Amino acid sequence: MTLDLILLQLFTGVALGTIFILVAVGLSLIFGLLTIVNFAHSQFFMLGAYVGVAVLAYTGNFWIALLVVPIAVGLIGMVCERFLIRPLYGRGIDYPLLLTFGLGLIILELVRIFAGTEGIPFNTPETLTGAVNLGVFFFPKYRLFLIGVTVLILIALWFFLEKTPYGLIIRAGARDQEIVQVLGVDVSKVWLIVFGIGTGLAALAGVLAAPIRGVFPEMGVPVLVEAFVVTVVGGMGSLLGAVIAGLAVGITVSMTSLFYPEMTTLSMFLLMAVVLVFRPRGLFGRAGVMD
Amino acid sequence: MASNSVAAAPKAGASPGAFRAIVEFIARHRVLAAIAVLAVLPFLTPYEALAVNILVFGLYAMGFNLIFGYAGMLSFGHAALFGLGAYGCGIPIAKFGIPWFAALPMGIAVAGIASVVIGWFAIRSRGIYFAMITLALSQVVYYSTYQWVSLTGGEDGLRGVNVPVINIFGLHLNMLNPLVKYYVLFALGAVAIALFSRILNSPFGGVLEAIRENEKRAMACGYDVARTRWLAFILSGLFSGFAGALYAIHLSVVPIETLNYFNSAEVLMITLLGGMGTFFGAFVGAYVYIMLQDVVTVVTVHWQLVIGTLFVVLILFFPRGIWGSLLKWVRP
Repeated sequence: MTLDLILLQLFTGVALGTIFILVAVGLSLIFGLLTIVNFAHSQFFMLGAYVGVAVLAYTGNFWIALLVVPIAVGLIGMVCERFLIRPLYGRGIDYPLLLTFGLGLIILELVRIFAGTEGIPFNTPETLTGAVNLGVFFFPKYRLFLIGVTVLILIALWFFLEKTPYGLIIRAGARDQEIVQVLGVDVSKVWLIVFGIGTGLAALAGVLAAPIRGVFPEMGVPVLVEAFVVTVVGGMGSLLGAVIAGLAVGITVSMTSLFYPEMTTLSMFLLMAVVLVFRPRGLFGRAGVMD
Repeated sequence: MASNSVAAAPKAGASPGAFRAIVEFIARHRVLAAIAVLAVLPFLTPYEALAVNILVFGLYAMGFNLIFGYAGMLSFGHAALFGLGAYGCGIPIAKFGIPWFAALPMGIAVAGIASVVIGWFAIRSRGIYFAMITLALSQVVYYSTYQWVSLTGGEDGLRGVNVPVINIFGLHLNMLNPLVKYYVLFALGAVAIALFSRILNSPFGGVLEAIRENEKRAMACGYDVARTRWLAFILSGLFSGFAGALYAIHLSVVPIETLNYFNSAEVLMITLLGGMGTFFGAFVGAYVYIMLQDVVTVVTVHWQLVIGTLFVVLILFFPRGIWGSLLKWVRP
């Protein structure tokens, strides 16, 4: 076992983690503000990949797909929030969870009906095929691109949340909705937008993951569980937690596949179990979320 | 069709008052009512195998209801407990030739051990967290079973869980006859139903509902909330495992799908459909769900679309479920 192999695997883990991060950040953002767990999140991820396939077939341009997918799926998410989830606010935590689970099944089955049950190939865009020499090892260009894009999105999201007036309202809404409402902000509109951003991020993750994971109707199923593991490890409602836990889970999975391949799928759950034993609230979980 | 009209008779023929009295009677004598309805169930279904499914999933939903309806904790990982009950009972029969009456408790025990472990992790959290952790841990069971091919059969499922004949009290029961099989499993289920009702009536059942209604007050009264929850999860797991074990004997194979997260969603759906936190609702839900599945899957392969829509409609418009709504109507 040479050092560069371990380094390579570490980098692969980071690239894997970027998908986890994008999915979990969206989930966490929605939870932080709306206090609902979106069980349909992974189906928005899958829908993103399929919309990506459609846009790519129509325009032949990966970059346009990258732009159109989060907007289109985000809009679908907003429609779902407005008409299905909004009537449930104030009726307990379990109801939106169950509803979004049903919504996820509907999305999954509709995709099966309209796009077929078979997988669809999704080629890596030509400019991003091949590998680059990073000095010690060659690394696939596309995975490097994934890391770059995720960093850019996270910076943009940070800028939006911390430096713009809209972000200020969102952060205030997460802390105390009633006061924000009293100050004359239409909170339901903020929720709508946040749900749109969250589902848009999931969809973007879906189209970004498509060249690696492939596109098929059930592609979202493991993603939901992965996102939950990341969220439990990072702490519910914490964006920083989602980022760090996403990286930790990605690296754990890729390192396990190097040293102990049989345990690859189970490794992330072991990580989760360890975190739960020592920090039941997750690494960056806020107090009160569990009560 | 004739049997259907018998079931619908109180609605169509008698006055609402008589129907109200029937609902009230069932709610009061829940064990008797559940057992009586299950006793005639094979004549209310198009074929006997369907009746066995309703029985098994009714018992499964009953166990699930303990944690979801009575304790107010949404578990999304009960498939692990049901599935381990099935594998725990099926593996001794198929691989080691152990007789069914010894294998059945083994299945329950395996599910019990799993619920001790999963429960220990999960009860430290509440609400949404609880659902996420139970789902994640049930996936651990799924992947482990999937990979351990030599013992579990992996993707193909466990084959050869054959219990062709049961000799009990001098009776020679041919389990290949579906009606005989139904009544053997029904007899076992009836014991579980009586036991379950006894648990709900015990002080423990009372504490459980007290915690659901007001956790802080229950804590202030001196009840150990965490331990009561853990115990509820374990009991719920034992009943789910029992249902799983019956399922293995019924099917004579254990499909890997018993451990799939969709199975957790199905029991949730059944409980919601019948009415969460109602005793009789579990069986009403199982009956409606499985009959519906039987009809719909003949017409279309897109069964999950129907289920998804049902979830959405139920949550938005009928969160009490069928039996829960009837109870509300009788006792406003």
